[in-house]
Amino acid sequence: MTKRSVLGLYVEEDSAADALDNLRDAGFGEGEYEILTGTPYPEGTFGEAEPKHKLYRWPLVGAVCGFTGALIITAGTSLAYPLLTGGKPILSIPAMAIIMYEGSMLGAILLTIVGIIFESRLPRIFMGAYSEKITEGYIGVTVTTDESKTDAAEEALKKAGIDGDIIRGWKE
Amino acid sequence: MQEHTQLTQKEINDGLLKDILTLPKWWLPAVLFLAAVIVTGLSAFFFMVYHGVGVTGLNRPVFWGFFIANFVFWIGISHAGIMISAILRLTQAEWRRPITRAAEVMTVFSLMAALHTPLFHVGRPWRVAYWIFPYDFDRNIWPNIKSPFVWDPSAVGTYLIASSLFVFVCLLPDIAILRDRVTSPLIKKIYGFMCLGFRGTPRQWKLQILAGILLSAIVLPVFVSVHSIVSWDFAVLVAVEGWHSTIFAPYFIIGAIHSGVSAVAMLMALIVWIYGLQKFIKPDHFDAIARLLIIVATTWFFFFFLEWVWALYNLESPEIALRELQAFEWPYAPLFAIFVIASFFIPVPLWLFKRCRRSPMIMFLTTLLVNIGMWLERFLIIIPGLVRRGHMTFDWGTYHPSLIEILIVVETFAFVAFGMLLFAKVLPLIPLFDVKEGMVLRRLMKVGRKTIPASMREGLPHHYYEKDH
Repeated sequence: MTKRSVLGLYVEEDSAADALDNLRDAGFGEGEYEILTGTPYPEGTFGEAEPKHKLYRWPLVGAVCGFTGALIITAGTSLAYPLLTGGKPILSIPAMAIIMYEGSMLGAILLTIVGIIFESRLPRIFMGAYSEKITEGYIGVTVTTDESKTDAAEEALKKAGIDGDIIRGWKE
Repeated sequence: MQEHTQLTQKEINDGLLKDILTLPKWWLPAVLFLAAVIVTGLSAFFFMVYHGVGVTGLNRPVFWGFFIANFVFWIGISHAGIMISAILRLTQAEWRRPITRAAEVMTVFSLMAALHTPLFHVGRPWRVAYWIFPYDFDRNIWPNIKSPFVWDPSAVGTYLIASSLFVFVCLLPDIAILRDRVTSPLIKKIYGFMCLGFRGTPRQWKLQILAGILLSAIVLPVFVSVHSIVSWDFAVLVAVEGWHSTIFAPYFIIGAIHSGVSAVAMLMALIVWIYGLQKFIKPDHFDAIARLLIIVATTWFFFFFLEWVWALYNLESPEIALRELQAFEWPYAPLFAIFVIASFFIPVPLWLFKRCRRSPMIMFLTTLLVNIGMWLERFLIIIPGLVRRGHMTFDWGTYHPSLIEILIVVETFAFVAFGMLLFAKVLPLIPLFDVKEGMVLRRLMKVGRKTIPASMREGLPHHYYEKDH
């Protein structure tokens, strides 16, 4: 089904929160509308649902992978050329621990970065209905819904007192 | 911090992006000058590669000279960049907002500069690949993981990757602002590609805030490990008695923080003067970082004192000979005096006065002194340690840096400045979204008859404020 995206811009936080209330009253679900702002606001400022994420799992998985990789490299290279140096054992734990620590941290960081991007739902190729005014301080409320419901969405957005006209986005 | 100016988001965009969207007159000459210094340094390096490391002042017994002292110095500078950003983020210190980005970017370029010198030091840099990347050699010989020279690249490499990605993730919202502000369609596309289509949804902002906190928490232990490992380059060596010290790791870390936080303060003053951003970096910010510096400098001095006490207390002749050389013999004695006075005895008493703490000029000069002193500290740890006369008279010698080494060291300073100027031309050195968030969280409220900025903690779930605390 064809979907369309519409955007209303607001100057005040209260108006944007009213727009969300209007959309809920008009029967739009949480997945159909989004708030767009140029700065982070305290969660729940607009009465939006708290975003759920699993970011904290990513660094743990990364650390385990990094640790394993570093263990394989340090133990593997030591065993591949078993030369005694300085009377130390072939598998020298203190020396291996340093590289395994760095490997764990590197794995944790790399997967955290991947996790942040993935959980942020990025990269996003199609912007939908968007206005450059959002990064100037305007608050955008965008609704992505079936074409048949866009009139109702525009009505709900307008009722909260939008600044300017409704901006329309892409069709898919 | 009560000193607060409420600005609109448009005013913040205009103020912080003006030097990106237009070309300041001074920018091109400054960049060309720094590029000329870099080219000169690189020419000196290629001269060294062609003629061999004999063109440097390095000779038995001093095989570590300006290059390694400079390496430790830049690693130190790089540390405080992320450290100050991470600790201030984790503690949610409000005054961090305008300074975190510059500190993080300085970390990245300082690490790159730090990596220059050991690469140049080995004389045949392409062979370093063998130490860093364990690839199977013809004879099945692998890198010796018991050597600190394998630990170093693993730690510094991790730190460089971590800090670069940290900067990138925290830049996404600001690149999105630039995407919306630039007029050229091609540049708009480039910024649009770089910001990955960031739009500013509550989910994206939540992840941004969490990214800052989570990455800070992960990067801090890396920061501690990197300078510990750099210190173990010295501490685990058998040859130099003066370096066998268990205090080296924390001593190096606190020294790194001392020089690095000072470098951040210098950078703040330069940003105010060069870019005219006094609306964003105010005397209050200098005051706050100077207070932090008093604590850091005093802790560093305590470790410096302990290193001397423990070295002399056991009455071992190599330790006493090394301390005598460092503090009382030509040419190290005057350098030692400059080091101690510049790193502690001039700046710290000045920072006790509010007027000094709030003055960008005094903060710039005092922190410059700290960094001169801290560069000398690294020099005085390395060179006298190697010059000290042992039992074998054929192994006596001294060290005079050659022009080649001096040019390469100067090149690293020019490289960092060059990198910072290029970065500031295409991306903002002050995080716009962080400053804007500060404005949101510090809206003015009336308490009795006084109007003051309110401040609430960012990153808390929305039900937090509904609970009774």
